[in-house]
Amino acid sequence: MKLITHNMLTSKCLKGVLTGYPLAINATDVKVNEVDFNPDFIARIIPKLDWEVLWRAADSLGHSEGLPQVVESNYEANQEFLKTAHKVLLEVEVEEGYLTCPESGRQFPITKGIPNMLLTEAEVQ
Amino acid sequence: METPYQNHIDKADFDFVYEPAEDSFLLIDALEKDLEYLQLRKPTFCLEVGSGSGVVITALGMALPKALCFSTDINLKACNMTKSTAIRNNVLLDSINMDLATGFVHHKFDVVIFNPPYVVTETNECGGCGIEASWAGGVKGREITDRLLHMIPKILTPNGTFYLLLIEDNIPLEVVQIMSTYNYKSETVITRKVRNEQQLVLKFYR
Ligand SMILES: C[S@@+](CC[C@H](N)C(=O)[O-])C[C@H]1O[C@@H](n2cnc3c(N)ncnc32)[C@H](O)[C@@H]1O
Repeated sequence: MKLITHNMLTSKCLKGVLTGYPLAINATDVKVNEVDFNPDFIARIIPKLDWEVLWRAADSLGHSEGLPQVVESNYEANQEFLKTAHKVLLEVEVEEGYLTCPESGRQFPITKGIPNMLLTEAEVQ
Repeated sequence: METPYQNHIDKADFDFVYEPAEDSFLLIDALEKDLEYLQLRKPTFCLEVGSGSGVVITALGMALPKALCFSTDINLKACNMTKSTAIRNNVLLDSINMDLATGFVHHKFDVVIFNPPYVVTETNECGGCGIEASWAGGVKGREITDRLLHMIPKILTPNGTFYLLLIEDNIPLEVVQIMSTYNYKSETVITRKVRNEQQLVLKFYR
């Protein structure tokens, strides 16, 4: 699971849960896979993210070094920033661990890089 | 559009995961036919719901190298296969074991595609998470599809596009009507007769 994906996942489908966002990450295996760097693409992704959630997720995995807590205004032109964002968004991968719903504490396992977000019928709103 | 490599897949795994068939390729052909439209819209995030082997979303990812792909499937083995198909073909993708698109925050995806379990069956035959989930569609073959239809306005970005494969038994006109209540226009992108089954791909947009 890449951190861009984590930025989009919620447990709000759980009965009684209002936002279910962001999910906490507990990782037992994190990999960094090399991905071709495309600055334009990263610049296009940034405004679509919840940056604070990304920063906190990266920080909880020990990968927030060099990553600003707030996006500066002309980030499109800042190659170094885009490169750091690229790494955190696309290269860092949680292979094993689990995600936790911030409201209910329900855990969602991540196995071989794939989060299991399935719920039982009794758990659904 | 190029057909993704599949030679990394162990044939025996198709006992558990939907093997690419005419419907998979019709959906790829529909996306190819509409590629210029898709390229003009510069999609950032594309999602395939029920990705099975992953050939369709991987083909789309190969054709749109500036997009990031996501896939869901209710069948974990399908999620694993989709991930390996994307890697084998150098496509950036994340695979999630999820019911339809129920675990995503709203309005993220510019393109959503779905080749659903569309075979008309008894209601109690659908809703599993093994190989039977790849075809068993319940009443009108639409029970799974209809659940997704009602999520589409929340899943898509305002300019987003949804591609859906159906067969005539699914009563496509009703699907068009449901989507029009959410202010979606529709078009038939492609149709093909496969043995005794009339397959088509519909496109929905605002
Ligand atoms: C007809 S197969 C299509 C597979 C692949 N997309 C293709 O075109 O070759 C339908 C797929 O939808 C998946 N599926 C069925 N119900 C689902 C659900 N509720 N949520 C997610 N995936 C589902 C099945 O496991 C299967 O992989």
